[in-house]
Amino acid sequence: MNKQLKDSTPTDSEVILGILNNSESALRKLYTAYFPMVLQLIINNSGDEDDAKDIYQEAIIVLYNKVKAGDFELSSKLKTYIYSVCRRLWLKRLSQLNRYGGDIRDFQEFLPIEEEEVDQHSDRDIQFNKMESALRLLGEPCKTIMEDFYIHNKSMQDICERFGYTNADNAKTQKYKCLQRLKKLFFQQK
Amino acid sequence: MSDDQLLEVIERYLNGEMKPDERKKFELLRKEDAEVDGKVVEHKLFISLLKQYGERVEMESRLNAIHDEIDVHTLKENLMIHPMWIVQMWRNHHSKISVAASVAIFTVLSVLLFTGKLTNSDNPNIIELKNKVERLDRSNTNLSRSINAIKSDKSVKGKPVVDKSTFTGTGFAITADGLIATNYHVVDGANAVSVQNAQGDSYKAEVLYAEPQHDIAILKIVDKTFEGLDAVPYTFKRAEGNIAEQISTYGYPDGYPAYSPGSLSSLVGQNGDSVHYKVTIPINPGNSGGPLWDSKGNIIGITDAKQSQAEGEHFAIKSRYLLNAIKNIPADSLDKKVILNKKNTLAGLSEAQKTEKTKNFVFMVKVYN
Repeated sequence: MNKQLKDSTPTDSEVILGILNNSESALRKLYTAYFPMVLQLIINNSGDEDDAKDIYQEAIIVLYNKVKAGDFELSSKLKTYIYSVCRRLWLKRLSQLNRYGGDIRDFQEFLPIEEEEVDQHSDRDIQFNKMESALRLLGEPCKTIMEDFYIHNKSMQDICERFGYTNADNAKTQKYKCLQRLKKLFFQQK
Repeated sequence: MSDDQLLEVIERYLNGEMKPDERKKFELLRKEDAEVDGKVVEHKLFISLLKQYGERVEMESRLNAIHDEIDVHTLKENLMIHPMWIVQMWRNHHSKISVAASVAIFTVLSVLLFTGKLTNSDNPNIIELKNKVERLDRSNTNLSRSINAIKSDKSVKGKPVVDKSTFTGTGFAITADGLIATNYHVVDGANAVSVQNAQGDSYKAEVLYAEPQHDIAILKIVDKTFEGLDAVPYTFKRAEGNIAEQISTYGYPDGYPAYSPGSLSSLVGQNGDSVHYKVTIPINPGNSGGPLWDSKGNIIGITDAKQSQAEGEHFAIKSRYLLNAIKNIPADSLDKKVILNKKNTLAGLSEAQKTEKTKNFVFMVKVYN
């Protein structure tokens, strides 16, 4: 029982190392360890389980990006940090929805999280949303070519074979055409 | 160079696929052509954003996969704070509860009304009780009065008993800074003394000095709110007064100010006692300690209502003994030497004018014990 409990809550350094090593099991442990805490926060402060999922994942991504970027300094327990980020994000969401009554029921101790730490994150979210819709508008086969080449780092050879291009030059021309269009679609959006 | 070709070149440049001389050439072009340079920067940022976007999508799918393994529904049930059962019951049934409560209150009130419990049937009992308490109180007062009478009977042998249950007397100012003369018997045994002026303002006072053998006490006003008096208008006469001289006093015989005129009937008191004058003046125990003025407004004594014997016949302590007592006040209990007024501003005034001018210098002495 004790061992199980220990297994289910990873140590803070285990999590940080896991993130740096892209470890799937560390992510799983992290996610399952603190989700109940965040669920409790959200559902008892006028949110539902889907809100909890969104907010929690956003916070995990904030943590991931910070750790990966190397500017994460753990000044408190990881648990407290995650709770604080979720709290901040949820307060922001509540005030955007005009549902914030000025009072929040807390379940954990928390740190003051600076606005910009969360804002930076949402700026990037906006860029990602633009990219998502630009890719959708781009249509096939361009979308897959872009994803395969730039995101999944596939070689031009693989792409040729997949789409049945007879020579690599044709495929290359096609790729650049797609990229030009993608850029255009991306920058056209407001 | 077409856009596609330029893109390819930029990509090769950014990926480090160029040979050194080609690279140098391109860097030169980049420096010269701002448009090319802008495209390089833009491409670099865009591709990095695209990659990050890909990573995010991948991350989200990983997180979603993990999330799907969690039994959110059960967790939610466990973590939701349910209001207390009583709150929940109220939320669900408050209309029914309200109706039930109204009916209950109505029933209780009507039952009380019909059985007459609500009317003031308890009042006669209360009044009866109050009367009883008052009766008890009265008998208690009588009892203490008789005890006092017995006490004074013992201490003043053979002398008429003065009702001491009225704990007020009179006093008059000796100096403007709050020294007051009165009878010793007024303040004898007092726990606390205060004086009240003609306006009804009370000041805390203490017994500064006393000469029980002459029944003289000197009080001092020690109240912080006391701001001093105007200059004392009367003087103190050391020499004896004249028989049949018109005299007057002013005091608080029964708690209210009163002026009493009279005459000096003898220069000796009872049984030839030379400390007192005999005066014919209608005064009461509350006048004890009051000033005795001659017709010119000089203090010639302190009225001493205690030793009354015949109707209208009283005694007064000669002012000489007061002056001696003032002189005998220990120097260390005084802030400064007592300087008595030497200038009589009352001479030639009518009795009414005199009383008007002196009433602010005569106090009711209130004793608490």
